[in-house]
Amino acid sequence: MKISVVITLKKDVLDPQGKVIHQTLDGIGFEGINEVRQGKYFEIDTNESDKKKAEEKVEEMCKKLLANLVIEDFKIIGSQ
Amino acid sequence: MHSSVITFPGSNCDRDMDVALKKFGFKNKMVWHDDTELPKSDLVVLPGGFSYGDYLRCGSMASKSKIMKSVLNFAQGGGKVMGICNGFQILVESGLLPGVLLRNKYLEFICKNVFVKANNKDNSYFKNNKKDVYEFHIAHNEGNYFCSNEQIKEINDNDQIALFYSDENGNVNEQSNPNGSLQNIAGVFNKQKNVLGMMPHPERMIDPALSGEDGSIFFENLINNLK
Repeated sequence: MKISVVITLKKDVLDPQGKVIHQTLDGIGFEGINEVRQGKYFEIDTNESDKKKAEEKVEEMCKKLLANLVIEDFKIIGSQ
Repeated sequence: MHSSVITFPGSNCDRDMDVALKKFGFKNKMVWHDDTELPKSDLVVLPGGFSYGDYLRCGSMASKSKIMKSVLNFAQGGGKVMGICNGFQILVESGLLPGVLLRNKYLEFICKNVFVKANNKDNSYFKNNKKDVYEFHIAHNEGNYFCSNEQIKEINDNDQIALFYSDENGNVNEQSNPNGSLQNIAGVFNKQKNVLGMMPHPERMIDPALSGEDGSIFFENLINNLK
């Protein structure tokens, strides 16, 4: 199974990179942007063929290494 | 006094730390990250640098390396562990210290001398120190200390802040905060105060001809406190 997971900063954590990207988008003429938040995307290909088990495994990976739960949230967005 | 400095792939202040520790009387050993056992140590130092190229998050990979199991056991048994710069990042990623170090507020790598004020002298690192305010060097991209509201309350309640960024006279204010750190925090302890993490580099301030002597004051005092 290939699991896709997105990691983003929690809402109350300052995201200076997102802020600069927002300003730059404003600067090149994109109007009406309220906020930009930058995150990370991972694709993890595992031998596990059971969807539930594979997702549980990736959840564990997120908690142990991929995300720092003090500042980040993770979300599994696809399994195939 | 025996000390150990851990070298991770990408550490680059490990030899400076070795020189500093030896200069002030420690019998220091260098320990490779892939080793599993620590030599007999009164102090373990995680040095500055860019372990694992700062991949994923600074310090995250190094915090899971083989030697860190022994470092965790050593710290949990009351052993003194000090992390400088990337070493501080490794300590927060390992869970030995609370909080995280985010990217600097203005997205710049900062490399300059700063003043820091020791907040708490009731510990082995700053006890009996003749100074309150030190001039140390900082060089980092991710030194912006952050933690949750509950964590900062706990840190303050337990008096775990080790160092604040300050001005020359020890005033802690926004102008003296180089990187956006919460409450001007430059260094923190664990609850028991045997583990210290700080962004500034005392090992860069040990030669009067090159840098000034505030690092010398820190190390001389440290070895006396540990004796």
